[in-house]
Amino acid sequence: MNSALIFIFAAMLLALGLGIRARRGKDMNLEQWAVGGRGFGTIIVFLLMAGEIYTTFVFLGGSGYAYGHGAPAYYMLGYGSLCFVLSYWLLPPIWRYAKKHDLISQPDFFSAKYRSPALGVLVAVVGIVALIPYLVLQLKGLGIIVSVASYSAISSTQGVWIGAAVVALYVVLSGVHGSAWTSVLKDILVMFVAVFLGLYLPYHYYGGISEMFAAIEQAKPGFLALPSKGESPVWLVSTVLLSTLGFYMWPHMFMATYTAKGENVLRRNAFVLPIYQLMLLFIFFVGFATVLQVPGLQGGDIDLALFKVSLQTFNPWFIGVIGAAGILTALVPGSMILMTASTLIANNVYRPLRPQADSDHIARVAKFMVPCVMLLAIWFTLQGGKTIVSLLLMAYAFVTQLFPVLVASLLRNNPVTRPAAFASIIVGEATVAWVSLTKSSVGALFPFLPEPLKDLNVGIVALILNVIVLALVTLFTRKTVGARDMSVNVT
Amino acid sequence: MRPVHALALLPVAAVLIGPFFLNRVTPFLFGMPFLLGWLSMALVLTSIVMGIIFYSDKKFRAARGDIRNGEE
Repeated sequence: MNSALIFIFAAMLLALGLGIRARRGKDMNLEQWAVGGRGFGTIIVFLLMAGEIYTTFVFLGGSGYAYGHGAPAYYMLGYGSLCFVLSYWLLPPIWRYAKKHDLISQPDFFSAKYRSPALGVLVAVVGIVALIPYLVLQLKGLGIIVSVASYSAISSTQGVWIGAAVVALYVVLSGVHGSAWTSVLKDILVMFVAVFLGLYLPYHYYGGISEMFAAIEQAKPGFLALPSKGESPVWLVSTVLLSTLGFYMWPHMFMATYTAKGENVLRRNAFVLPIYQLMLLFIFFVGFATVLQVPGLQGGDIDLALFKVSLQTFNPWFIGVIGAAGILTALVPGSMILMTASTLIANNVYRPLRPQADSDHIARVAKFMVPCVMLLAIWFTLQGGKTIVSLLLMAYAFVTQLFPVLVASLLRNNPVTRPAAFASIIVGEATVAWVSLTKSSVGALFPFLPEPLKDLNVGIVALILNVIVLALVTLFTRKTVGARDMSVNVT
Repeated sequence: MRPVHALALLPVAAVLIGPFFLNRVTPFLFGMPFLLGWLSMALVLTSIVMGIIFYSDKKFRAARGDIRNGEE
């Protein structure tokens, strides 16, 4: 047992302890467990949402992407701006409606708005399918961290199992209160580690930040700007757009909205959270500092960049501190994702099938689903392959397909009919699934497109098809079936 | 929608249109490659613009006597 591992296990124990404490004295019905009784103010909602931003995706994925791909990593800054602009207008109406109708989950929202429990089930399934890769990438991060911090005494497979067990235990013990409080601890530690590494490494190895960028530009000209093909400006802008629209379509982000005490809590976060995103810059600096120091990491190994450069720079105890921060960036979002997926299965897939089940029964099913979902995620994690960022981009393409149907439902007179809502989501998801499974690109799919448009993010193409289908089916069903029957307007 | 909300178009344009014209490494902006510096600036701009909109809306709602929002 080296000193790095001690820090890591201490971080896990501390997180579990905080989770148990946060829960004490509260009656844990499903609403308490999942949406914190709708009593959270600006700071806690801020931390919950920020906690979702600073996941392993940023910590290891962000630095790894900057290391492996260069400028394309900048896209994370772009959607970090725009998703909050969107949130200012998008979240308050969602919150109001959810409060008025006592909704707990995202599918509840769709099924209430469209008065269609079946649509709720479809949305739940989409959410669960998208959450799995998100959970997988947290587990990948946990595996890397535990294995690196043990100086390879523990394999990354064992690391994945250990991390997964802690996340599952944590969720069962505490629910969302635990997530909020551990978020505080996590954000302080991650902030410290990110800013420190992002400044120390460039100064230590290059004598400054602009000196570092100058050295990279000299060694790898063009690495710091977007290539003209592949991850081109068209790719960046379409990916930013996809991620912006998808950001609040995540079931757990949607649910985090419900935890707010009032709608101004959500509006205020629209200008506080972007500043928080600046931390990404320091993470990028870490990735860029690694480019010339630890050359040669390829494929999925680019996610190791942050730890590889730290290992050759710092003492074991400090690797432990970095590892502890890393553990928390995976543990907090991982627990939120796992809790959301379990609640979705119990509340939005199981309950419609067994309408006579009471709330206690549903809550028990939700808790039972926790280890089941986790085992599935572990299985996918151990299959290996993709990098952290590519996993998340795929998952984003999935959730974003819910956006058109959601936005239509917020209109005062929603023209969209129920069959059109189904068709739009199904066509969008089918396109994403097909492209992901066959690993084809937009260029292969639509060879007639002009060259620059072939770099469009696949999720955006699916979204365009999705909207076309939504419009066509709406027109068609409004004409043929009595519009009165199909109308979904409800106040 | 109030006129002040149009300010929100600034960061949107900076992020969605900027990269087509500003995809370059030099000159360095804030010590960073130009595009990275530009997008960081857009992030700060987002915060400022949304802050202005938030406080302006808040005043507007207060003047109208709208007390639905539970926070204050």
